[in-house]
Amino acid sequence: MTARSVPPASRLSEPFWAATRDRRLVVAWCADCGGVLGYPRERCPSCGGSAIEWRPASGRGRVVAATTVHRNPDPAWAGRAPYTVCLVELTEGPRLLSSPPLGHDQAAVDVGTAVEVAWEPLEDGRAYPWFRPVPGGIPREDGPQVE
Amino acid sequence: VAGASGVFRGAAAIVGAADLASPTGSLDRTARAVEVEVAYAALADAGLRLDDVDALFTAGGGLHTVDLAEYLGIAPLYTDGTRIGGASFEAHVEHATAAIACGLCEVALVVYAETPRSDAQAGLTRDLTANLGDRCREWELPSGIPLPMGAYALAASAHMARFGTSPEALASIAVTTRRWAAGNDRARYRSPITVEDVLASPMVAEPLHRLDCCVVTDGGGAIVLASATRARDLRHPPVLVLGAATAHTHLNVSQMPDPTITPGALTGPRALAIAGMSVDDLDVVELYDSFTITPLLALEDLGFCAKGEGGPFVLETGLGPGGRLPTNTSGGGLSYTHPGMFGIFLLVEATCQLRGTAGVRQVPGANVALAHGMGGVLSAASTVVLGSEATR
Repeated sequence: MTARSVPPASRLSEPFWAATRDRRLVVAWCADCGGVLGYPRERCPSCGGSAIEWRPASGRGRVVAATTVHRNPDPAWAGRAPYTVCLVELTEGPRLLSSPPLGHDQAAVDVGTAVEVAWEPLEDGRAYPWFRPVPGGIPREDGPQVE
Repeated sequence: VAGASGVFRGAAAIVGAADLASPTGSLDRTARAVEVEVAYAALADAGLRLDDVDALFTAGGGLHTVDLAEYLGIAPLYTDGTRIGGASFEAHVEHATAAIACGLCEVALVVYAETPRSDAQAGLTRDLTANLGDRCREWELPSGIPLPMGAYALAASAHMARFGTSPEALASIAVTTRRWAAGNDRARYRSPITVEDVLASPMVAEPLHRLDCCVVTDGGGAIVLASATRARDLRHPPVLVLGAATAHTHLNVSQMPDPTITPGALTGPRALAIAGMSVDDLDVVELYDSFTITPLLALEDLGFCAKGEGGPFVLETGLGPGGRLPTNTSGGGLSYTHPGMFGIFLLVEATCQLRGTAGVRQVPGANVALAHGMGGVLSAASTVVLGSEATR
């Protein structure tokens, strides 16, 4: 059983991973069109703009799809099964894949479940954002979280 | 697309086809050996020689067409290494037909083989994530998602949650496909199965059970396309390319515009429009079936039923032998063979059906067939509409 492996940050993604050291979730926005980028890139996929802004995210979202994995040929994961991988849509729009850390409740999560970010420390000081159900769900009008 | 119809429709035909697989799943030889064997077999089937080939199409890694051409001893004047996963070979048919219509080549050879079982027995391992980019490695793989299977499981979960699609509906696709495989003596699995068998098989990635997943086998296939003029004088009645279309919308499952809609929603209507046909004109349908969810989504996206109605549709329509919509008549990736990119086998089977040479699997009077490839994680689709001489 090995630790969760996350590649080193790229030049583009460095602000995202740097924020995780303070347990802050940030999202890349296009300063030109105001659209959200999802993962960072040189040019906005909506308007072609090149001004990326990293803004704090609410850390909340909903499960769009979920699968409990019973078999993974990757030896790093084989021993962890079963575990649940969720496709989470943040309230800001981007979608992320997420799974709980080893030792946490690995039970299936229903599609539509309201979730919030939690942090799994990585060996290098960064943290992996994962998402857990919010007790009682999230009111729809919930805005971005103030840091 | 209407403009494309006039020059594209019927400009080329499949004139030769061959595929190779074993009920053991293993061919006990290298992928290159299988490529050579199926290439020669498809040419012999056409009544052509390697000297006649002036265009080569493959979907392997590296400089695959360049490597294979040297190995075969040909110098093609048209080359296409389009590699979009399981839909690659349908895209090759589209590209070859366009090139033939323009007069850039006359005889095109499309070749594929992979030998995952023999490779595993030889101690070689396959990196299933090799096709995925740095974005996948940074933003997706750390979640432990097994790819490609986990992405299809996510799509299935979203479809079930949104539309109430049942595990039984998905399982029924494995059952009807297995019934077709019974008539294919090279199929990996031929014994009948029930919906209960599928649901009782081990869960792999919920909601997909082991029997919702394709087999892993050695195999290969090749087809030969020729201009409609050249096709008239060859061994078999030509199988005309009536329409084709290719599209892709994402590489990473988190970037899929909607987890329940595939790029087949773009390619199906476009290919049918070029052919001047509707889904009602199709006599036999070959849909990529990496997992049971894959053909279910294809049936919706191609327009056989509305989005979300795939579950009831597959339960009521009859996709098996004698059914109203004969689908995956070779036994599919679920039961026949799946070396990694099943798209070539869809084309070989459609060709046999339109020639009337599919033996006990023959759909009586089949004149129009559709082959629909899917690559990546519901990423890239390519749809080809094929017809007998009667459709010219």
